[in-house]
Amino acid sequence: MKQPPEPDHLPYKIVIGLEVHVQLATRTKLFCRCNTQFGAPPNTQTCPVCIGLPGALPVMNDEAFRLSLQTALALNCQIPPSTKWDRKQYYYPDLPKGYQISQYDLPLSHDGFLEIHDSQQRFESKRVRIRRAHLEEDAGKSIHDERSGTADSRIDLNRTGTPLLEIVSEPDMSSALEARTFLDELKLVLVYQGVSDCNMQEGSLRVDANINLHIRDRETWIPTPIVEVKNMNSFRAVERALEFEADRQFDVWQETGQRLGDAPKQTRGWDDQAEVTRPQRGKEESSDYRYFPDPDLVPVNVSPQQLDQIRRQLGPIPAVLREQLQTQWGLGAYDADVLVNQGPRLVQYFTQLAEACGDAKEASNWVQQDVMRRLKEQQTEIDAFPVSAATLAELIRMKQAGQLDRSRAREVFQHMCDHLQSPQQAMTALGIQQVDTAELSALCRSLLDKNPAIVADVKAGKQQAIGSLVGQAKKQNPNVNPAQVKEICLQLIAEMS
Amino acid sequence: MSLIDLTATELQSQLALGHITAVEVTGAFWAQIERLNEQVGAFLATRRDMALEAAERIDLQRAKGAAVGPLAGIPVALKDLICTQGERTTCASRMLASFVPPYDATVVERLRSADAILIGKTNLDEFAMGGSTESSALGVTRNPWDLECVPGGSSGGAAACLAARMVPLSVGTDTGGSIRQPAAFCGVTGLKPTYGRVSRYGLIAFASSLDQIGPMARSAEDVALLLEVLAGHDARDSTSAAVPVPRYTECLRQPLSGLRIGVPRAHFADGLDPEVAAAVQEGLRVYRDQGAEIREIELPHGRYGIAAYYVIAPSEASSNLARYDGVHYGYRTDEAALLAEWREESRRLMDAGDTSALQQSDNPLVRMYRRTRAEGFGPEVKRRIMLGTYALSAGYYDAYYLKAQKVRRLIRQDYDRAFEQVDLILGPVTPGPAFRAGEKASDPLSMYLVDLFTVGANLAGIPAISVPCGFTSRGLPVGLHLQAPPLEESRLLRAAYMYQQTTDWHTRKPSLA
Repeated sequence: MKQPPEPDHLPYKIVIGLEVHVQLATRTKLFCRCNTQFGAPPNTQTCPVCIGLPGALPVMNDEAFRLSLQTALALNCQIPPSTKWDRKQYYYPDLPKGYQISQYDLPLSHDGFLEIHDSQQRFESKRVRIRRAHLEEDAGKSIHDERSGTADSRIDLNRTGTPLLEIVSEPDMSSALEARTFLDELKLVLVYQGVSDCNMQEGSLRVDANINLHIRDRETWIPTPIVEVKNMNSFRAVERALEFEADRQFDVWQETGQRLGDAPKQTRGWDDQAEVTRPQRGKEESSDYRYFPDPDLVPVNVSPQQLDQIRRQLGPIPAVLREQLQTQWGLGAYDADVLVNQGPRLVQYFTQLAEACGDAKEASNWVQQDVMRRLKEQQTEIDAFPVSAATLAELIRMKQAGQLDRSRAREVFQHMCDHLQSPQQAMTALGIQQVDTAELSALCRSLLDKNPAIVADVKAGKQQAIGSLVGQAKKQNPNVNPAQVKEICLQLIAEMS
Repeated sequence: MSLIDLTATELQSQLALGHITAVEVTGAFWAQIERLNEQVGAFLATRRDMALEAAERIDLQRAKGAAVGPLAGIPVALKDLICTQGERTTCASRMLASFVPPYDATVVERLRSADAILIGKTNLDEFAMGGSTESSALGVTRNPWDLECVPGGSSGGAAACLAARMVPLSVGTDTGGSIRQPAAFCGVTGLKPTYGRVSRYGLIAFASSLDQIGPMARSAEDVALLLEVLAGHDARDSTSAAVPVPRYTECLRQPLSGLRIGVPRAHFADGLDPEVAAAVQEGLRVYRDQGAEIREIELPHGRYGIAAYYVIAPSEASSNLARYDGVHYGYRTDEAALLAEWREESRRLMDAGDTSALQQSDNPLVRMYRRTRAEGFGPEVKRRIMLGTYALSAGYYDAYYLKAQKVRRLIRQDYDRAFEQVDLILGPVTPGPAFRAGEKASDPLSMYLVDLFTVGANLAGIPAISVPCGFTSRGLPVGLHLQAPPLEESRLLRAAYMYQQTTDWHTRKPSLA
């Protein structure tokens, strides 16, 4: 594996801007009341409006607009008092009206930002500016049957008219990792706001990237032609495509010396199998979309009252939440990061747990080590987790009271999860009982009698020798508390001398 | 007097009194359609059986004493770009010649629930683009007053069927004068409502910001009756006005006292046919005699109306008509022939080793688009699509579309200012009477000038009405144009009713009818 050189030693800077299309989680489409659910049989979720029949007219979905404003506010955007709809015109079989209703020169929001940071400090925290976020309708899906001789195309218009929020960043990212981090953080913001399910497989979130290099030339920088990279089906693919593309562009620069303006903007597609980008024949190269205001729709006004109301109902912002977990719950930056990145429901589980057991650090450990592992193993979400925060807190309190050691507590936890039992029930089922002190003293005394050598070692100052006694005690009675065994043995030895 | 000479209002009361039945009424108008449609060509499609069935149902309901709608038993014609569920809606275009909408336009729903008898679909200029109905790809409509002449357009069939007594009520659409101009040419009364007054849902768009559905009939009273049914807010049309609809038929008879009528000087300038001028002046005198105060007014930007209109309307049309691409519905070129040709061409280029030509040659999809549109649209539609595409193109948008929108705002302001001084604006509907078929067909610009006096109301979004006000020496009707401030349809109707109480131009009947 080749090690990436230190940025300062690179002969160039990478410049990346992202365009993200997010499907909003509305029940119905943007301009008609057809269902937006994914996976229905082709062309069953359509009506005269979304399939562009003559005479049908669009009516805006207020909920989609509200979700867009909410997202824009979460991305720190400016919201102008009025916005409008424009037609973006091009011919394609999955675009039944011959135009897409979008927003051109007066988007519903502009000039926001999203802060990105890396807990491993591989880059310095930075603020990526958001140029604009606007709402538009999705096109349909073309399905090409490429079997030889029977090449045939089919169109599914179920997706046509689904609300898409297009979020455009400024070219503020200077590595594939930064771009990846931006996407992770953006997705987190969207999930926390509940505005989209962000499912890339179902096309709820699509990313295009613009990338070029600024080549160091003594005191100045020479920009190279911009390339738009498409067809990236996961965040990992975005990262890899951009890494590949930066290397490729540097090679091209060394070969051709082409600067920005020397060549037209190129569109390339990422081939995930071959791990390369390839030139794509854009479906409308150098096209003129002939944007103009859609006369079938009226401008949308946004009142300060409406914005205030949305602001009040705004979900938690991940960056703010990380801060809160550190200041209010005393977690470290790393732990706060891990928890927040798991999403709002896990954070809620954590705060409930921390509240109930009174020890945030302990709660954080349990959530990160035990709950999250279990979720991963079972491939479920925290909503479906069988042990409530209150019940887990009970177990943690028993451990804190010394009734269980860490490893026994884990056994109990496992049993609770598997059998949906309370800590008490689980302990009974596992045969774990409280061992009373008299019994324990007797046990320890007999062990000391049987192991004079260890007693001698301990007396000679080798405290760790006691471990062997603890092991033997556990063998005889698995319910003993090791800490207690150790304490009693030490006390007895001390009494001997 | 025959049933077909009665107005809708008269038919309504006769039906209510039980003197006549809906079946009789429908039968009488049907007979007239059978007798004259071949000559006049007003209808593209008629539905005799369904109309008679509907009439029977209404008679039965009435016989049972059940409540019936305001247009119960009265035949109504629909311009064939208003969608009717399960029945062809063609826009008089080859492109939609076999298009069957799966839904009813809002106005059709309203007519059905008013118990109107929908008797047929009328001819128009293709996609409502034209002023003579000559651009229809599906039939020729003639002017009942002179079969050599055009009926006007684009609602030519809608006006001609009224004049020929084939229906008492007719629904048209008006984008630049398409109700008022054919009404004037055919001697009937036609109203273009305020933009947003009548829902456009289900009206196949020509120019969305200008299109408006409106009533046509043989009297102001009937126009009021029909408008009452058509008008009203519709949640399916975002541009629909959420304003209550007055009872036009009830306020109709209240005379307008202290009426101030504005007359734009420019509307009586050179180029106006002297006989039209005389008839309109005579109309003006009627109002003066009824006590109206006549004032000369200025609409300073009026002379830019045609230019602005012929940028805005084609721009919107170029976009609205993009959907007719042969992919999902409507006309599609012969695919088998196209593919055979493409294969042949590809083989030839391959054999010649001309790889660059091969790469540049259009794929079958692009060929399908191109040929479908070339074959499906007529020349006038293509001309306007090209005009609009040009006006919206990068580098031209500001100079054409944006500038036209600025002019449009100025024209609206002109009207606002004028209506501070006057209640109505009066003038001729058209510069001349109906012209002979073919006369302007080769000169699109002279055809566009037919809209000279009417486009202002569309650009400003205000209501306007065309009222018969006389005849030329050759016996062709002349129309009087009244324009009012937004949502003042009732003022227009009252003024037209006043006029028709003292004149009988609207009752004249072409000899063939």
